[in-house]
Amino acid sequence: MSDTVRPIDQAPSNAETLLQIRDLKMHFPIKEAAGLARTKKVVQAVDGVSFDLKAGASLGLVGESGCGKSTTGRMITRLLTPTSGQILFKGTDIARLKEKDLRPFRRQLQIVFQDPYSSLNPRQTVSNIISTPLRVHNLVKKGKELARVQELLERVGLNPEHHNRYPNEFSGGQRQRIGIARALAVEPEVIIADEPVSALDVSIQAQVMNLLEDLRRDLGIAFVFIAHDLGVVRHFCDTVAVMYLGKIVEQGPREQIYGAPQHPYTQALLSAAPDLGTIRGIPPKERIRLVGDVPSPIDPPSGCRFRTRCWKAEDICATQEPLLEGKPQSTPGHAAACHFAEPKLDLTAATA
Amino acid sequence: MTEPTPDDRKDAMSETAAEQPAEAKRGPEVATRERRQGALSPSGETPYLVVEDLTVKFPTADGVVSAVNGLSYSVPLGRTLAIVGESGSGKSVSSMAVMGLHDPRRSKITGSIRLGGDELVGMPEADLMKVRGDAVSMVFQDPQSSLHPLYTVGKQIAEAYLVHHKVSKEVAKKRTLEMLDLVGIPNPARRFNQYPHEFSGGMRQRAMIAMGLVNDPKLVIADEPTTALDVTVQAQILDLLNNLQKEFGSAIVLITHDLGVVAEMADDVLVMYAGRCVEYGTAEDVLANPRMPYTWGLLESIPTVSAANERLRPIKGLPPSLLNLPSGCSFNPRCPYKDRVKGERCTTDLPELLPVDGAGLHTSRCHLPDKASIYETEVLPRLG
Repeated sequence: MSDTVRPIDQAPSNAETLLQIRDLKMHFPIKEAAGLARTKKVVQAVDGVSFDLKAGASLGLVGESGCGKSTTGRMITRLLTPTSGQILFKGTDIARLKEKDLRPFRRQLQIVFQDPYSSLNPRQTVSNIISTPLRVHNLVKKGKELARVQELLERVGLNPEHHNRYPNEFSGGQRQRIGIARALAVEPEVIIADEPVSALDVSIQAQVMNLLEDLRRDLGIAFVFIAHDLGVVRHFCDTVAVMYLGKIVEQGPREQIYGAPQHPYTQALLSAAPDLGTIRGIPPKERIRLVGDVPSPIDPPSGCRFRTRCWKAEDICATQEPLLEGKPQSTPGHAAACHFAEPKLDLTAATA
Repeated sequence: MTEPTPDDRKDAMSETAAEQPAEAKRGPEVATRERRQGALSPSGETPYLVVEDLTVKFPTADGVVSAVNGLSYSVPLGRTLAIVGESGSGKSVSSMAVMGLHDPRRSKITGSIRLGGDELVGMPEADLMKVRGDAVSMVFQDPQSSLHPLYTVGKQIAEAYLVHHKVSKEVAKKRTLEMLDLVGIPNPARRFNQYPHEFSGGMRQRAMIAMGLVNDPKLVIADEPTTALDVTVQAQILDLLNNLQKEFGSAIVLITHDLGVVAEMADDVLVMYAGRCVEYGTAEDVLANPRMPYTWGLLESIPTVSAANERLRPIKGLPPSLLNLPSGCSFNPRCPYKDRVKGERCTTDLPELLPVDGAGLHTSRCHLPDKASIYETEVLPRLG
């Protein structure tokens, strides 16, 4: 088994910090239906998210739909301009840069989208799709483009001869590889992978996960890995941040988040994941069933945003917002935003 | 909230065990024959739904697509059969055939589908209308696109009831409110008059389930009922399906690609690959003692805790085209164990679906000898 152990399990601790996200907020204004009240309402999609990403590291953003994880990814790549907050890439704040000044940073921060069917232009050949970023950033000389495209196709495990084909000639997993080749074309330092495998079948999912793993190891690319599949995140990420309704509720090293989660929401999320272990005789884990739905991000609950569904909620939760901070019992780097945080073991299934 | 149900499931399992001796008395040949004809479910109980040698073909401009090829299975009342497979393996197509949802002009269906004794294949559309939605109903994957956006949710559910019952609208409304309450939708009276867009994803799926169950069907086909949902909501919906099954004793066919969901829900499991059943047995048989390289591959593809630092072991290659299936075993181009079978049997002979231990009700379709020891010594250690 030793030969299969990943060489880089954790990014070296002395690695350069590539990204510093500070108090990032995205509030989308919404149009109210006709009425006298002219108060402007906003959807607080992301409301104060902070984290660091080191070179070669991999951070997982997990949470349910609507928690703001994709919006965060899109802000980091500046596909959205944040309402407030900072995105420091190697010390430069790119949160409000103009398009022209942003261009060199776009090359460093690439994104791989979830749906390989809608993220590739069906009327362009693969060669064209992959070489467009090369041309935009002036990375290859005229006439050398094809060679580079074929090199990239080979890198992601596709047949280089297929450069003239159209996306519809490829399967879902192959299309996702094309999307990855497009992101790789400009030699980025950070790739935001927004649910890169959730549209794929299990057997294909594992193929694409291994490809991402290789890229991380061989090219030292840092990943922000956005996913709702807890098993996939546990496999790929060193550190994990759990989001709920626009905020990070818990953040820490993988082992801590999965082994000793402190925030009630993380605990509920882990215990809800279907478990394959019981059938092999592993005793069933404790079940926590959340009731109700995620509240509207237009008018989030006061204090702790999770309190409406939390079984630990008390008066203080409604009045005072818990800070994302390390608790006395926490290991370094592990923080939870809860007044009553306490680690709960044995929630993780053998598989999720 | 609700406590886990392993006890109940264990009961179902032990029933299975209890049935086994009776099985042995009748002799393995009889069991095997009956089994091949689909008359016996893996538990040995008398089935409600019997699918026998079902074949679904679609003629297209490029040739005939064989979406389902000689599929046989059976589901007794009160049990859940999970059909597992990748996209294009025929799991949805076969279930739509059970519902009679394929256009007879664009598809060719042969074989037999018997629901409580009535043959559905070849049944006139008018009669099929009476069965569909009444004795058997379907819960679709995507509640967003399977509810009509311009009718209120209540109206759509009441309509499903009115089609099969000669009652007044008031009675239908009362029944609908009952159902909405039953599936855990708070404030049913208000929700009745709301449109699908006013429901969240989980609520919509609950409404779909209410619609599917409004006529007390004996068989519910749930086609990826939780795939579009978040894990916490998925857990709620799976609990709901489990509880409803306990209450009404209906048979459930659950179509999914998520083996975790299968482990939580299923009594029996059928694994499909390229339109054929490749392994069939109780959930314990298939998930804890699989005897087919494709099932092994599926289990190995899932990331596990103990192997968090290792590379995943995907099944190499891609599923075959249904227009042009490989000769022999459909899985042979992707099978890592092919070389261990003497001669070229994997590429020339289609393996039969045979009992894994010579007699029982757990069957798999594979030429490989010594599957049990390969699983124990090679596959199991990798599963962590």
